[in-house]
Amino acid sequence: MRLNKIILSFVSALVILFSTSVASFAKVVGDKIILGAAISLTGKYSSNGVHTQNGYNMAVDRINSMGGVKVGGKTYKFDIIYYDDESNPKRAAQLAERLISQDGVEFMLGPYSSGLTKAIAPVTEKYGVPMVEANGASRSLFTKGYKYLFAVLAPANLYLDVAIETAVELNGGKPVKIAQAFEQDAFSQDVRLGILDAAERTGSKIIIDDKLPKELNDMAATLVKVKQMKPDVLVVSGHTKGALTAIRQIAEMKVDVPMLAMTHCDAAKLSKQHGKNSQYALCASQWHKSLTYKDDFFKDGMTYAADFEKEFGYDPPYQSAESSAALLVFKDAFERANSFDQKKVRDALAATNMQTFYGNIKFAPGGQNVDKPMVLFQVMCDASGSCENKVVAPLKWASAKLIHPIPKWSDR
Amino acid sequence: MDFLVFQYPMITVQACLDGILLGVLFALIAYGMALQWGVMNIINIAQGDLVILGGYIAYFMYLYGIHPAWGVIVAPVIMYFVGIAIYKLVINKVVDRDLFISILATFGISILFMQLMNFAFGADVVLANSGYGTTMLFDNNVVLPNSKIFSAFISILFAVCLVIYMKKSKLGRAIRATAQNARAAKILGVDTEKVYAATFGINAALCGVAGALISITFTIHPYMGLPYTIRSFMIVIVAGLGNLPGVAMSGMGLGVFEEFADYILGTEFRIGSVFLLLVLILVYRRFKLSRKREYLK
Repeated sequence: MRLNKIILSFVSALVILFSTSVASFAKVVGDKIILGAAISLTGKYSSNGVHTQNGYNMAVDRINSMGGVKVGGKTYKFDIIYYDDESNPKRAAQLAERLISQDGVEFMLGPYSSGLTKAIAPVTEKYGVPMVEANGASRSLFTKGYKYLFAVLAPANLYLDVAIETAVELNGGKPVKIAQAFEQDAFSQDVRLGILDAAERTGSKIIIDDKLPKELNDMAATLVKVKQMKPDVLVVSGHTKGALTAIRQIAEMKVDVPMLAMTHCDAAKLSKQHGKNSQYALCASQWHKSLTYKDDFFKDGMTYAADFEKEFGYDPPYQSAESSAALLVFKDAFERANSFDQKKVRDALAATNMQTFYGNIKFAPGGQNVDKPMVLFQVMCDASGSCENKVVAPLKWASAKLIHPIPKWSDR
Repeated sequence: MDFLVFQYPMITVQACLDGILLGVLFALIAYGMALQWGVMNIINIAQGDLVILGGYIAYFMYLYGIHPAWGVIVAPVIMYFVGIAIYKLVINKVVDRDLFISILATFGISILFMQLMNFAFGADVVLANSGYGTTMLFDNNVVLPNSKIFSAFISILFAVCLVIYMKKSKLGRAIRATAQNARAAKILGVDTEKVYAATFGINAALCGVAGALISITFTIHPYMGLPYTIRSFMIVIVAGLGNLPGVAMSGMGLGVFEEFADYILGTEFRIGSVFLLLVLILVYRRFKLSRKREYLK
């Protein structure tokens, strides 16, 4: 019994010691501003989770090496505590709780995907921890009245409505027939809502409205319908697997449709996996390296892409670019707030109005970025079969002219 | 929308053909499951994950510039040994136990495989391009990707070879004897331990073939195994154990059913309808069994 008591007191002493040492690890230590992030390093989102982490790390290194953050006349450096949320929303919420209440983090960066951001947002909101997130685009994140959530990206319902408007414009302002297939997850359904809005605005008719299952790897049925009913536009959103499956089966089944608009082409490395078959696909993107936005840290998109490639060995997808932008926003807000008080930082974030290499950033009351339009690029291949993504809309940044309608398979 | 099938009659033809080609592939996976279920009385929840692993073998061949169609030869060979290894490590410890224990054990293997594949190959959705073209029928109204035709053909080929092997070879006879009565087979000198290992290996090899075909026709992803397990489970339930033509028929039936469910109920109910059908069939079987029992009374 006595031995037990000794062990017990020893263990509790250790726990107390450990917890105090962890608590002192909090928010701003010495010259470090410590941010917390739960990121999907394993599980089904791990590839995009890593893109997110690389984006964060790249910006931290860059800001720190270029003078850091100046608050109250003192210079601070960024540091991030990462935890692996295993692509699991419950785990993400637990980790957010742990970052805030155990590690004492007072400022958070977002996880990857709308679903995980949705799981974390109530926690950060409860503790009044400002969170700048770069990878949760679902509209439902911005309608809940969250005060401490800021997203540098455009909401999901704006992903593809440009495509519908462009199609109508090219049709001489007359309404078009739309076929759509969306996965049943928060993000894709938001993209769908955007299309419904656009269809209503332009008087267009939706003739096929399929919902794809989560385990989707065959959409032959949808494509057969498309083949028979001949819509003017086919819209597909089902993450990477949706994009890959659609391109494979459209090519195999020789489905002719004048316009094909999709999401997640970047992440799917469409042209790499499918080569010429992916040609003419229109893809919604938050960012493209050829955009001409500028800032002091990364200069512009092209420089960012080159630096990123040098460090990580691959071309940055937009998920990395927007993650880097989140850090720039935090730096700017800290300096304007000139304080580490969470309320003051939150107010400074809400008043953000800046340009980064990733785009303009200005938050609506709901927390979404309203100053950065989506871009559409089209996969274009040359005769030798090497393909490139070229921005075709909005016209302001277009580096190539949209090819419309898509040539028939029999003429290719 | 619901009456598309009637508005466009060609859709019916397309759905039937798509369904049959798909169903043959399902039947191959189900055949492996029926085999080891019959012989060892084990329901292998990891069946779908073995399929996906086979798919990754073909994918990596494709990545290194070998045509993925060769995967249908390489994948089963590798998967045979993977199967034997799983048997030696886990299955042989649960083979005589309760069905529930074996389900738990294979469920564990399934989770382990998913995570390992995710860890080793990443979470990206991948596919292997065969470069096979397309066959157009009925004035281009019905299209059949040649990759689907190829996969159906290979599935049938493997199934036929296996049937012959089971009938003619010594090991095949031993497997069938063990399935009928393991104790009697043991008494008569069959090394049942070896038979079990071989059966599990053959099952894994069949999964390997199916996986290679799936990577050529569809896409693969570490977490995509479960629907294949469910489908093969369902096919075996419908056909009954040891009923080979039954497995083939119910496989194709399921394929066609899925396609029509897609057109009539909508794509979102495609996999849901398979689950629903499974429940209905189980209820029906139970109902039939209880009738039989009453009759016996």
